[in-house]
Formats: sequence, C-alpha cells, structure tokens
Amino acid sequence: MSQPESAVADAQAGGQAQESLAALAERYGLRRAIARPTLPAYLRQLWDRRHFIVTYATSRNVSNYSESALGQLWQVLTPLLNAAVYWLMFGVILGQSKHIENYPAFLITGVMVFTFTQRTVTGGAKSISGNLSLIRALHFPRATLPLAYAIQELQILGWSMGVLIVLVLVTGEPISWLWLLIPVALVLQFVFNLGASLFMARIGAFVRDITQLLPFILRTWLYASGVFYMITERTAGLPSALRWAMEFNPAAAYIEFMRDLLIYQRFPERWAWVTCIFWAVFAAIGGFWYFWRAEERYGRG
Amino acid sequence: MADVMQKPSEELSKMTVGTPTVIVDDLHIVYKVYGAANKQKGNAANALRRIVRRQGRPEMKEVHAVRGVSFVANHGEAIGIIGRNGSGKSTLLRAIAGLLPAHKGAVYTNGQPSLLGVNAALMKELTGERNIVLGCYAMGMSPGETREKYDEIVDFSGIGDFIQFPMSTYSSGMGARLRFAISSAKTHDVLLIDEALATGDREFRKKSKDRIMQMRESAGTVFLVAHNLDVIEETCNRVIWLHKGKIKMEGDPQEVLGAYNRV
Repeated sequence: MSQPESAVADAQAGGQAQESLAALAERYGLRRAIARPTLPAYLRQLWDRRHFIVTYATSRNVSNYSESALGQLWQVLTPLLNAAVYWLMFGVILGQSKHIENYPAFLITGVMVFTFTQRTVTGGAKSISGNLSLIRALHFPRATLPLAYAIQELQILGWSMGVLIVLVLVTGEPISWLWLLIPVALVLQFVFNLGASLFMARIGAFVRDITQLLPFILRTWLYASGVFYMITERTAGLPSALRWAMEFNPAAAYIEFMRDLLIYQRFPERWAWVTCIFWAVFAAIGGFWYFWRAEERYGRG
Repeated sequence: MADVMQKPSEELSKMTVGTPTVIVDDLHIVYKVYGAANKQKGNAANALRRIVRRQGRPEMKEVHAVRGVSFVANHGEAIGIIGRNGSGKSTLLRAIAGLLPAHKGAVYTNGQPSLLGVNAALMKELTGERNIVLGCYAMGMSPGETREKYDEIVDFSGIGDFIQFPMSTYSSGMGARLRFAISSAKTHDVLLIDEALATGDREFRKKSKDRIMQMRESAGTVFLVAHNLDVIEETCNRVIWLHKGKIKMEGDPQEVLGAYNRV
C-alpha cells in the first residue's frame, strides 16, 4: 500500500500535535485500545463469558433447526441416516460385515465418534470467519466463538449418544459397568476437539480457502481412522512405523476407546489411555496457545 | 482546510482543563476487502493452489478508510460524526472501540469503549425473550444483571406481546426498537452509537433520544454517527465532519452542520 497522498500534509499539520497527543495520553493514563491480554487474564475473561458461550451454543442449535418441519429431531435423524448409508456401502456392498462381528454396532460407534470430531473441527474453522460482523461489533475474547461452536456440537452429541446406546442394545450387546466410563471418553474427546477447533479457527480466519479444502481433508481422515474397518486387521502386513502412525491417529484412538467400552466390554489398554489423554492435553494446550497468539488480529480482513 | 490545521493546537490548550477519555492520534485505518468479482470459481484445486502459493485471493483490495485523524474527546462530551457514505465514520468508531487495528497512529482510551449494537449477536429465528438474554450476555452482562434489566428492556422496546414471537416476525421498526433497547441496557464509560436511530416511529425516536441524553450523563463520552442531522444537533455538543477519511471540519454543531448542509 502506497502512502496516502495526504501523508506529507498530515505530517506538517500534526507533527507537533502528534507528539503531544501521545504525551497527553500518558499523562491521563490512557492506554492503546488494542492490546492482547496476558494468557491468565485471557482465561479469566473467557470464564466471565461462560454464560454467553452456553447461551450462544444453545441458541444456534435452536435456530438452526427452527426452519425445518421436524425441528430438532434432525439432530437424531442425521447421524442415523449417515450410519445407514455407510452400512449399505461398507456392510452390504463391500462385505465388511463378514469379517467383523456385530458390524452395525461397530460401524455406528465409529461414525458417531468421528462425526463428533469432524463437526467440531468444521465448525471451528468457520467460527471466526463466519462471525466477522459480531467480532467487529462487540468486544469479547475471540476464543468464545470456537468454544461456543464446540459446545453446540457437544449438545448435539448428547442426542446421538442416546441413539447410539439404544442401537447398541438393540444389536444384542449387554449393559456393562464399563459404560460408566463413557463420559470420561467423551470428555477426553471433547477436550481434543476443542483444541483442534481453536487451531482450525485461527487457520480459517486467515486462510479463507480452507473451508473449501477442509471437507477433503476430513474425508481422508475419516477413511484413515478405521471407522469402517478394523485397523489392526488391515495393517497387519504394513511396516510397524506406519501401523503405529495409524493407531496413534487421535480419531482412531477415540473410536477404539469407545468401542472397547460399548461393544467389547473390555477396559481399554494402557496404550489407548495414553494416546487419548496425550491428544486431549496436547491439542487443548497447543490449540489454545496458537489461537490466543493472534487474538488482536481477528476480524481485521 | 485551514480550519483543520488550526484545530489541534486549539483543542490541546482546552484539553488540559477537562479530562480526556479518548485520544485519537494521527490514525490511519487500512482494511482488506475480498473482491466480489471472483473469476475462478472456488473449487478445491484452486483453493489448494492459492494456499500453497501463499497468496490471498487475487481480487483482494486494500481500502484506506481513515487517513490521519486526530482529536481529543473529553469527559461529558457527546460528539457527533457526520459525513457522506463511505467517509470512514463507522470505521473510525470501530477503531475507537478497539475492534479494528490501526495501520498507523494510535487510539488511546481509558476503560473499554463499547459500540452500541448487539445486532450481530441476535438471531432472527429466536423469540424476543431469548434474544434479550443472548444480547445481554453478548455485551458481557451477568445473569443477575440481565434478570434485573429484563423488564426494563421489554418496557422500553414497547413491543408488548410480540416479545414471545421469533424476531423474524417483527416489523423492521419493532426489530430496531428491541435492538436499541437491548444494547442501551448496559452502562458504558465511552459509548459509540452507529446509526441506532435510523428507524422507529417518532415516539420511539424521542424515547431513544432521551435515553442517549441519559447515557451521556452516566457515560463519560458519547460518540454518535447518524445521517439524521436533527438528532446530532439536538444531542451533541461537538461535531466532527469526516470527508474521505479526513477531518474536514470540527467544532460547534450549528457551525459544522451549517457548512455541511451548504455542500
């Protein structure tokens, strides 16, 4: 950007005033309007906004479905229809169900768990770029928006978890004490989603084309995460580094964790715990820090 | 133009008497606009190419909206900002509110200037009731404060039973009334009002004018952007005339508005 043609004139007119204005500001203790708060202060601001975060999430959920005839019933129908399509594709046409026992439960668990992460990440990527008018009108810690989007998805998950549990029971799996660990699994996954969505929110805010590209990235991730097949079975012949990488994939880890609890009635192995906890902590800290670093620049474009 | 040159020094001598609340120091605002004429359709291959080459959209343009504005605002002042469409009025307000970063120069404030406007946070599919709560939280009010102000907001908006209907069923005037009622429920140190009074019937206009005067007393400083010059004349004690991002004239409302009307 070239200097404005008025720069010279302004400098002459305001040269003296400019200096004294800064000094004047200092004398009266006035501060610059834009400054990034420190991390603890930022966390405190976010905590103060907790009511807004929850209300905004709920409101978005209500308003999203208010135009359709079936309303919030779609929150249940969408994952069910998705699972039905995948079952037709992979269970019936590609014949996966022959290798895997109780394939419907296996599949729908994978779909639900992956959808949770997928939707949160997609929402996160749009949370800043889709709310520019709000960002330009009001002052609030910007992480409020990805947080609200993540909580919105958590509310939707409540519905699909209900459906999932009913379906798992229908397919003949018994109720188990291990189901008490389901909230733990979901909390870990939620924390991971949150971090990933904060990360994507910053990317989405500055790299606008990411929203076009994201569906492809997420679909690749879906196919690599063992939603339709068993990773251990498929990777048996592969080099160990590749096998390790596929099992270390956070989506695959959360899916396996949930299947252990829900279908196989076995306490997840230590390896699974470590992976799930590692990803949650790593994503949350990394994502939050990465998002916060650009706090004062959101809404500029 | 001679008017502008003299102003800063004059203002400065006056400043030492009152307490400044907002100081705008040679402010330049440049923002990017993503062009409307998108020749390549946004498909994945193009998107990938652009990301890899680290280039923004080819049609991206920079707009130099505010070009070196300086002034000092004092406690108890109501400052009207006038100018044609695109003269940088709203941009200037947003910069004072700390919502747009300065390209050059600076804005100094005490406390947090707030833009009067929660429009962006409200959702038209939701009922007025829900929107009141949502709007109050968006402005950073606590649940307690919101409950306290709730009845007042409903009364002030004067939309009666419609409060239980979705905002999409409101007439534009009713929507504007509710929005103004919500956004004026909070008290601010420095208040920025952007075209809040454009709609609404005469009775509501009078009510909101009274509300602004009231806010001017409780707030330190009020900035008002409006195309309705009567409102500015009646509520403001000082007027800044922006033209193409620069201050063309500044001072007593009657004097500035007189000159503005002659153009």
